[in-house]
Amino acid sequence: MSGEYPIVEAEEVTKKFGLFTAVDRVSLTVRKGEFFGLLGPNGAGKTSVIRMMYGFSPLSAGVMKVFGLDIATGWREIRQQIGVCQQDNTLDPDLSVEKNLLVFAGYYRLAKSLAVERTAELLNFFALSHKRQAQVYHLSGGMARRLMLARALINDPRLVILDEPTTGLDPQSRHQVWDKLRELRARGLTMVLTTHYMEEAAILCDRLIIMDRGMILVEGSPEELIGIYAGKSIIEVETPGPELVAFVKQQQVRHEELPTRLIIYTDEEDQLGRVIRERFCFEKCIFRHGTLEDVFLRLTGRELRE
Amino acid sequence: MKSLDLSWRLFGVWRRNLIVYRRIWKVNFLVPLFEPLFYLAAFGVGLSGLVGEVLYAGEEISYIRFIAPALLATAIMFNAFFETTYASFVRMYYQKTFDAMLATPLSLNEVITAEIVWGATKSLLAAAIILLVITSLGFVNSPLALLVLPLAFLGGLAFGAAGMFFTGITPSIDMFNLPIFLFVTPLFLFSGTFFPVAGLPPWAQNLALLSPLYHLVELTRYLTMGSMEAGALTSIGYLAVFALVFYFLSLKTMRRRLIK
Repeated sequence: MSGEYPIVEAEEVTKKFGLFTAVDRVSLTVRKGEFFGLLGPNGAGKTSVIRMMYGFSPLSAGVMKVFGLDIATGWREIRQQIGVCQQDNTLDPDLSVEKNLLVFAGYYRLAKSLAVERTAELLNFFALSHKRQAQVYHLSGGMARRLMLARALINDPRLVILDEPTTGLDPQSRHQVWDKLRELRARGLTMVLTTHYMEEAAILCDRLIIMDRGMILVEGSPEELIGIYAGKSIIEVETPGPELVAFVKQQQVRHEELPTRLIIYTDEEDQLGRVIRERFCFEKCIFRHGTLEDVFLRLTGRELRE
Repeated sequence: MKSLDLSWRLFGVWRRNLIVYRRIWKVNFLVPLFEPLFYLAAFGVGLSGLVGEVLYAGEEISYIRFIAPALLATAIMFNAFFETTYASFVRMYYQKTFDAMLATPLSLNEVITAEIVWGATKSLLAAAIILLVITSLGFVNSPLALLVLPLAFLGGLAFGAAGMFFTGITPSIDMFNLPIFLFVTPLFLFSGTFFPVAGLPPWAQNLALLSPLYHLVELTRYLTMGSMEAGALTSIGYLAVFALVFYFLSLKTMRRRLIK
């Protein structure tokens, strides 16, 4: 049944706030079992897309289908089968850890016995069993985020939407969350993720889009995008001499001139890389692989957004 | 008009509030238990020496008997109104509880309706306790007094809906001072609560007729003592219409506030 249609299908989806267009005719498809990423600077429209996906924000134009159902009419049926981990901590501070899950299960009208069973399972999966009775405001940032994830899974969803699930976490907690998300992916769960961390997207996502100013700039797998927009290897030169800058310009090598740095995109097979290394790089040269961050900054620019 | 998107799911939200209420039920019970005693001591005992008897609906009654049913009515108002203003605002704005609910199969109208129904439930619980208190003190002389419970629920819906309307339009929690200063306090003082409306000049009497609390006070007096100034059906009708009007207004303002 689920093989017949994509899990999410957005067609020319548009969101306007007054005169401001937050999302401008975005079309995307998320297939079953896929880990799909939405990347973009602040204000790019990621959260707006996601909110339209779970029926929180009405669309200004276009069609959003989830599980083949139109969100405008089938929102209740859709929400019954999705889990949402919002960007803000929306845990219920009036309730204990365990009650947070049990009460939430009630919103999905899960049978009591099933709710109890799934609560125990999820607390165990997210290493929170020992905090069952704790009040949520006593939880650390990492634990609170794991509880948010557990809550998003209480209804055994077919699609999980994750809005910046690791923002503000320390490296240990972040890696723990990534491990859990990978486990869920291995079980075949379809997930949609927004993030500011390119490393996170590169590690987790099978396919992603980069958005800016409400529009999709590119779409592809992290590897594809790095290959096309960043190149395999990169040379970063601090306070480059004028000869190097002139050389790079003359040879028409892809590069970016920043106030105190020169970034040169080369390929490993490329002879130019070796030439630069031998002729110009006596000090303060960094040789590294291209990353999703290079792709992101090249496509969306380096200026601050807010 | 579009469908209201209401279903029994709203009782999931109502249950959530009940679970939180039960966690500190002893504290929650203390207020309606002792507050009327304080008022009865201060006004009933303290003031009654100055006031003596009150002429109400053609009868002379003691001042303390006069204000006892009014305490029921004001508690019904305060419980629902404070629940859907301060408490709902905290859940909506600071705790983001509604945001979390709106990612589940709950509709916004169900969440808002459940909050108002919960406010009315708190009114009912408070009224039940106060009714026990004033009955045991001998201020109730009609078996109709049990009907105070459904009346408390209706009154709770009316003031809960009004409170939710203010929550929909109030920019910050401090601004609730305004509806309290301009709406709740004048109602509390001038709705035939502490003195009979019949003693007021005609224009003020007509103004009091607009007060939902006036009708609630009238009805609690009728049910506990068997007499009232106005007609019971008119007062019930007024409360019901008031509740409905503010219910739809609150759905509208909350939708505008929350759905982006």
